[in-house]
Amino acid sequence: MALEVTARATAPIPLDVAFRVEPGELLALVGHSGSGKSTVLRTIAGLWTPSQAKVSVNGETWLDTDRRIDLAPHRRRVGIVFQSYALFPHMTALANVIAAMGHLAASEREAEARRLLALVNLAGLENRRPAALSGGQQQRVAVARALARQPAALLLDEPFSAVDRATRERLYEEIRQLRAHLAMPTVLVTHDMEEARLLADRMVVIEHGRVVRSGAAADVLFDPAALRAMGLREIGSSLRAVVVAHEDDELTRLQTAAGPVWIPRIDGAPGSSVRLRIMAHDVMIARDMPKDISALNVLLATVVAVTAGEGPGVVVRLDVGGDEVLARLTARSARALALTPGASCFAVVKSMAVARGDVEPSQR
Amino acid sequence: MDWTALWLSLRLAGWTVVILLPVAIFAGRFLAYRDFGAKGIVEALVMLPLVLPPTVFGFYLLVSFGARSPVGQAWQSLFGHQLVFTFEGLLVASVIFNLPFAIQPAQRGFEAIPVAVREAARCCGMSPLRSLWRVELPLAWPGLMTAMVLTFAHTLGEFGIVLMVGGSIPGKTKTIAVSIYDKVQGFDMQGAAVMSAVLLAISLATISVTFWLSARVGRRLS
Repeated sequence: MALEVTARATAPIPLDVAFRVEPGELLALVGHSGSGKSTVLRTIAGLWTPSQAKVSVNGETWLDTDRRIDLAPHRRRVGIVFQSYALFPHMTALANVIAAMGHLAASEREAEARRLLALVNLAGLENRRPAALSGGQQQRVAVARALARQPAALLLDEPFSAVDRATRERLYEEIRQLRAHLAMPTVLVTHDMEEARLLADRMVVIEHGRVVRSGAAADVLFDPAALRAMGLREIGSSLRAVVVAHEDDELTRLQTAAGPVWIPRIDGAPGSSVRLRIMAHDVMIARDMPKDISALNVLLATVVAVTAGEGPGVVVRLDVGGDEVLARLTARSARALALTPGASCFAVVKSMAVARGDVEPSQR
Repeated sequence: MDWTALWLSLRLAGWTVVILLPVAIFAGRFLAYRDFGAKGIVEALVMLPLVLPPTVFGFYLLVSFGARSPVGQAWQSLFGHQLVFTFEGLLVASVIFNLPFAIQPAQRGFEAIPVAVREAARCCGMSPLRSLWRVELPLAWPGLMTAMVLTFAHTLGEFGIVLMVGGSIPGKTKTIAVSIYDKVQGFDMQGAAVMSAVLLAISLATISVTFWLSARVGRRLS
């Protein structure tokens, strides 16, 4: 019942990947733009055919270049959400969803389309055309349309890149809830590690058309080698906070669930919610409450897990007032401090390590 | 007022549009979606009638349709009369010299459809034909509309080629444009003025309807 993909090509980009996605599982294909991740998705959908490839779903072969099997896109039961959504601009939201229901009897289509639009929280907007919908709403129509075909595999091609951060967070939450209803294998293409961390069960990192790392999302994310393949120096995490006051010395005081935090002055009225992006290498850990330390932000934390990667480093996942904060330390320090799951400690973050661009307005 | 000539012109323009619409859809769509080595040459050939002097174009058509040409002889043996100096001959010439006016706007119309939207149609389970009918034609409609109106208006006004290929046989090949010229030659300025005004009114009405329709479509899509 799984989706199995192997693809090899030399042009227009070199490609050599193989992976398997189980029913109900969400696999994230991550990599730079141009790494070949979207090409893999297009291969599954039948929009592109590599020189040598195999795609099968539930034991049904969609593509096998050796056996000269190559089903046309409309004969593959695939649901795809495009980066640009690619809604039909001349049709209403409802008609867009019905357009993908050629397999159903005409009398059943409308009720089913209404049910799907309600599932993605668009009840009441059925008769709007795409132009009259916000980016987030268009994305939901695209998701409903992809599901309308009762797909054997669901493909998401950077589906969140065209909406703002706040909308994206809401959509992540919706996708997570939606997944409970989905029994098919799902492939998400993204270049956003945070997105992969929040949504994926497993990750495959692609660089220059090759798989450089694959495994459980958490393992891959904290592996410095995989991060380098992504062009990232470090993984970040985010901390929810509320603006308390803008103080005289150009600092803004925020309140998090784990205590007060000071960062360089930001915009935003007192009472507004924000998310701080904190890079793992900017976080220090102390077992005892540090005294006479220049860093202003000392937050009580609990160790969730310690993940080793290649090289001397480890990533420590910390629970800070319900949010996950990541710290990168040497394995030596982790041993010296006896950081094991459940241990309580203090996360230390320099105020100046949080730049203006690391703060974004949040919904909650 | 030469009603016979007007009716002939309208019939010629109507038939040209009817024949060229499917040609414009398939050739325009092909040129819009495909990339191939000789695409530049094909596009240049399609555009040729636009830059060639009508008399030159008409001369070549006359020669290639003539009784001694293979085309002319084939026509003669099939239908028992020659192709030049007949309505059919005029229609064939009209279809050829209107190719750029029909194909070019249609091609632009199909090019305006985002590739992802076409791919989405396929991934929604639509066959190529169904995608054409449900998604591509409605979206390329402004371009196709322009193609048809330009073809219609241009056929009404064409003079040089009509004269070369059709001659000026009343009721068979004498179009309104040729008739106006004849009136002026015969010093019937009054008759020429009336017919010119009628032609002006028809052209204005056609263009207005197009603008109105494309504005409506534009509002629907934006």
